[in-house]
Amino acid sequence: MRTGEALSPTDEAELAEAVRAADGPLRIVGGGTRDIGRPVDGQVLSVAGLSGVTLYEPGALTLVVRAGTPLAEIEALLAGQNQRLPFEPMDHRGLLGTKGAPTIGGAIAANVSGPRRVQVGAARDFVLGARFVDGSGTVISNGGRVMKNVTGTDLARLICGAHGTLGVLTEVSLKVLPDVSFAADLTFEGLDDGAAVAAMSDALGTPFEVTGAAHDALAGTTRLRLEGAEASVRYRAGALAQRLSRYGAARTCDNCAARWAAIRDAAPFHGTDDDVWRVHARPSAAAGLVARADARRTLYDWGGGLIWIGCAPGTDLRARLGDFDGHATLVRAGEGTRRAIPPFAPPSTPIAGLSAGLRARFDPRGILNPGLME
Amino acid sequence: MEMPAPDARVMALKSSVVGRLRAALADGRAVIDDPAETRAYECDALTAYRCAPLCVVLPATTQEVSAILRICHEAGVPVVPRGSGTSLAGGALPTADCVVLGVSRMDGVLETHLGDRIIRVQTGRTNLAVTGAVEADGFFYAPDPSSQLACAIAGNIAMNSGGAHCLKYGVTTNNLVGVTMVLMDGTIVEFGGAHMDAGGLDLLAVICGSEGQLGVVTEATLRILPRPEGARPVLIGFDDSEVAGACVADIIRAGVLPVAIEFMDRLCIEACEAFAHAGYPDCEALLIVEVEGSEAEIDAQLATILDIARRHDPVELRESRSAEESARIWLGRKSAFGAMGQIGDYMCLDGTIPVSALPKVLGRIGALSRDYGLRVGNVFHAGDGNMHPLILYDANAPGDLEKCEAMGADILRLCVEVGGCLTGEHGVGIEKRDLMGVQFGPADLEAQMRVKDVFDPGWLLNPAKVFPLQTSAGRRERNRGPAPGAPEVLSAR
Repeated sequence: MRTGEALSPTDEAELAEAVRAADGPLRIVGGGTRDIGRPVDGQVLSVAGLSGVTLYEPGALTLVVRAGTPLAEIEALLAGQNQRLPFEPMDHRGLLGTKGAPTIGGAIAANVSGPRRVQVGAARDFVLGARFVDGSGTVISNGGRVMKNVTGTDLARLICGAHGTLGVLTEVSLKVLPDVSFAADLTFEGLDDGAAVAAMSDALGTPFEVTGAAHDALAGTTRLRLEGAEASVRYRAGALAQRLSRYGAARTCDNCAARWAAIRDAAPFHGTDDDVWRVHARPSAAAGLVARADARRTLYDWGGGLIWIGCAPGTDLRARLGDFDGHATLVRAGEGTRRAIPPFAPPSTPIAGLSAGLRARFDPRGILNPGLME
Repeated sequence: MEMPAPDARVMALKSSVVGRLRAALADGRAVIDDPAETRAYECDALTAYRCAPLCVVLPATTQEVSAILRICHEAGVPVVPRGSGTSLAGGALPTADCVVLGVSRMDGVLETHLGDRIIRVQTGRTNLAVTGAVEADGFFYAPDPSSQLACAIAGNIAMNSGGAHCLKYGVTTNNLVGVTMVLMDGTIVEFGGAHMDAGGLDLLAVICGSEGQLGVVTEATLRILPRPEGARPVLIGFDDSEVAGACVADIIRAGVLPVAIEFMDRLCIEACEAFAHAGYPDCEALLIVEVEGSEAEIDAQLATILDIARRHDPVELRESRSAEESARIWLGRKSAFGAMGQIGDYMCLDGTIPVSALPKVLGRIGALSRDYGLRVGNVFHAGDGNMHPLILYDANAPGDLEKCEAMGADILRLCVEVGGCLTGEHGVGIEKRDLMGVQFGPADLEAQMRVKDVFDPGWLLNPAKVFPLQTSAGRRERNRGPAPGAPEVLSAR
């Protein structure tokens, strides 16, 4: 049940007023492309009206942008200066069957990172600062626009990945990085899951700066990405192939951006009826977990640190996996399943207590995406 | 500098608390209460302020840390966590009514896994010893604060420490994937693990940089990285600081990402030259830019950098052709703090500014230096805007420290004014505590204090740090004995 007309503020003050005036739960959306978590019943509060770049300083690798700004707009702006968002945010539309324009606020609120995360870090690692509205309608500013900042409590990162449950993002400040002129992949065929993860771990343990390491279990392809100036990429590709020769002969493929977009967006699961889970694990445990999962489809990213698993609808994958160092998130499933099986892994008792305590203080009325992460 | 007056109720509990702590630890000698010995813990590397604690406890295990905190929690005794005591911000400064909890005996390696690219250590281990545990395998731990030989991972996590190579590798928060932390009530909690991206709310984000105010971190899982094939610096001298600043921005814009861009001004250059004889040029400013990779990659990147530098009319361009020459280029920079110490006492600031504001800020610092009549040397990480102005003063001249502190505060206000922050890598501690209102509004500070309310409702962990005393007074005093005393003014010695 979705109630009432959508609230569509056009600036931070209006958004704060809308939160202050709310008399019931709010379902916070940016572009509406990432319907993740336990379904929220509430009035839609759209942040899409808060759009635009506040500051972009290529020489300082700094971008400050309002939360509702479409990612496509940001990526085009950065490309004009040969820069990019290093964390390569996933586009959820293909997987979730959603429409609309993904926003930076949504990517940050959900801490969405793509294949490059394994080398450069997650979305949260590039957050320099944030402005947000808490559940009482108060505007809070944290962090800043500089690259090193340890002044006070890091609320900007806390908000990143909180899925709107602690506050509504209005502006984020990000570190960006230079774009690259060339990329090439090394691919191996026919490795079993264990050998594929071992090959990816070996690759990521070399000094050759592998910026993507994925294994498509269905296709049997293991793919390693190298980026940079062409001569440097060629050199590293040769050295890496030699270092990994025990896994077989590697093929080289230049500028396979479409392949990496498909991995980023979990393309093997598009259009299937699987429930889709994201499992964060130690790479060394990944193949063992998959063996227990009885999966229909499996895609390893982050060198095995991230496993996409497709299961029959309604499967409680966590029960199959048992205890492990990591966690499993149910990203795609029907609303009924997402109400029955907690989409986010239930935390330990003390962490549940701390999380509830934070939500009670940042959102005392419990109106910001209530229950989404539970 | 004010600290809360010691709580008479707590002071009266000393012998009972010491007795209970001793009974709780396997080795009773790990509780130190002899005033002659507690003096060793009266300050950290901000030596201007000192106060011996009620007692010092040096536990050996996470369980002992839990027992200690439970006892202090029950008795309402404040606890000041301590790593190696190298904080430049007074993060480990005790109060007379506190128990100092030092993790220095807990320095073991618990697990190394090269395939998962992690190491799990007890947090008393020093930063350099973390790299030491994996360097034979070709790996290293990236954050490299100048004090890395001495500073503990516990303190690195507390202050979210950085170093010279952050431009490429990030700071502690970007390299920390899991911790074991003991809450003030003794509860042992695991956050994250050896996997990427802890689940649920990003509590590691608030723990890292919380300056010992949320819990005592006893174990940490850290990301380790393969060591690059090689690294080589180039030294570039300029006859104008502003031109050096412009060169930094141009290098970054060109799409090269050096691992370090270090800046030194004339005063520092001269001091380093006199101290270390590194053969630095006689000029107004110099940059040391270091790049990494294979020989061919290094050549290619340095070619781009030198090309940019030449457009800025450098007075000197020195390329290294050997490991020895590289070491000489770094020699002066690495001895900068020692070299400045030869000239006199100094206070080291840590504000960060947008790189674009570098010329303006350097100019204004020069003007402040003339106004206050105190000399300032600038040596800092230019790539990320993290400045370290070193204000020279005479600790024996009455009023000189106060003048120096006032000038330091003016410089930090300037950093905030141009869009920067009070501290880039040292932390707030007591040093910048009372300037927090310059950077944050009341609602911003209130929101930060809410996090502490959740983790440490009684405000017993390192309570008089980070937040301006007046701002945190209500929360701190809720838990005190019947008659809160007047604040105590700690005078510098």
